[in-house]
Amino acid sequence: MIEVKDLHKSFGENHILKGVTTTFEAGKTNLIIGQSGSGKTVFLKCLLGLFNYEQGSIAYDGKVFAKLSEAEKREMRAKIGMVFQGSALFDSMTIAENVMFPLRMFTNQSKSEMQDRVDFVLNRVNLSDAHNKMPSEASGGMQKRVAIARAIVNNPKYLFCDEPNSGLDPRTSIVIDNLIKEITEEYNITTVINSHDMNSVMEIGEKIVFLQLGLKEWEGTRHDIFKTENEAVTNFVYSSNLFKKVRRVYLENDASK
Amino acid sequence: MRYLHNFGAYFLMVIEMFRKPTKWSVMKKLILKDIDDLVIGSIGIVSFIAFFVGGVITIQTALNIDNPLIPKSLVGFATRQSIVLEFAPTFISIIMAGKVGSYITSTIGTMRVTEQIDALEVMGINSINYLVFPKMIALTLYPFVISIAMFLGIFGGLTACVLGGYATSEDFITGVQLDFIPFHIIYAFLKTFVFAFILATVPSFYGYYMKGGALEVGQASTTSFVWTSVAIILLNYILTQLLLS
Repeated sequence: MIEVKDLHKSFGENHILKGVTTTFEAGKTNLIIGQSGSGKTVFLKCLLGLFNYEQGSIAYDGKVFAKLSEAEKREMRAKIGMVFQGSALFDSMTIAENVMFPLRMFTNQSKSEMQDRVDFVLNRVNLSDAHNKMPSEASGGMQKRVAIARAIVNNPKYLFCDEPNSGLDPRTSIVIDNLIKEITEEYNITTVINSHDMNSVMEIGEKIVFLQLGLKEWEGTRHDIFKTENEAVTNFVYSSNLFKKVRRVYLENDASK
Repeated sequence: MRYLHNFGAYFLMVIEMFRKPTKWSVMKKLILKDIDDLVIGSIGIVSFIAFFVGGVITIQTALNIDNPLIPKSLVGFATRQSIVLEFAPTFISIIMAGKVGSYITSTIGTMRVTEQIDALEVMGINSINYLVFPKMIALTLYPFVISIAMFLGIFGGLTACVLGGYATSEDFITGVQLDFIPFHIIYAFLKTFVFAFILATVPSFYGYYMKGGALEVGQASTTSFVWTSVAIILLNYILTQLLLS
């Protein structure tokens, strides 16, 4: 579980996060949504420890990250997996080497043990025959799956995904969404996804945090989001006619039950 | 003010490079890869340039000596002094700032743009140590490249001298051996070590701290070349004053 309390972050005069408080539970897919410029990426980078914040606290299973010693922080980071928006695979390494990288860095496993683990996770993301390809030879969807494999290879307790569906076709997006959800449940990981994709919100959002202008405007489940009357949320989520219809049908079905 | 900020940030990066070292088994491979990319990969172009510039130095020296009282061996002497003291350590380093420096800036800059550096940081890896330290260690072999440049520069001079009929090979070799001061070699290699450090760290600094996209990677490579060259020229002056005066 990740607990965030009263998080503030500024860049000079620009106050990006203005006191965000929320909780991300283990074994659930937690989504952060909001318009561009709402502070989602800054929030995610604060959670990852890539940005220092001025005020507030972030606690991973009760341990406040900022108060940990350097060694404890290193230990904590080894428990974090991250899927970047552009996958961030190392171009000089093959797909198998990319996935093996965290094992080489943080474990003392033998080469055969590492190879077995890489085979297992690549198989888990349906890439059992891509070991020797270079990232540049892989499609966008494959790169995302490799990034997921790399993120989970070291059995992380926390998985962060920044726009995991960006640039992917709808079918591949669903594959990626389902893969993240399955992995989250299977390994009881605390997953936090930063997303613009409303399909993801409807499909896998077990907890959704809506940010607006650096503040938490709303939070709830994917079922709550259909019923909410919060204008900022409805304007954002139901901006397209398709989702307006989806919501109407959902509410009609819900009323008839 | 910006220059002062960059100067401070550069020294902080250098300090950070020695902190939180990367696991040796991983670092070993990075060093070997960088030796291949930065040192072995530069031998071809350095050899080519050294041979022909050595030839040009000899021809120009020979053509400017028209006094019959000056011995022909002076051509070899002047070629040796020019190549050992300045051409090989300094001129080749400026060429390397273009070749190796822009390679380092663009690879690290691209890693920054594509969030690969963020990926390293998230994993708890000291990305500066991971990226810059192996380049610095690899470039400790840079004096090896400079020795090849010295040898081929003088050999190019000998070839041009003999083929152009400016002096006999005996005269040229006599000149090369004339008044040889071993400290000049030490001076040249001391400079080379300092330039190697500059070649590894200044381009890394511009790549690591760049912001933006593909266009900015190109701009960072250009800026890196300019400042690496400036640093080499300034340090060349300071070291020459300190060591030879």
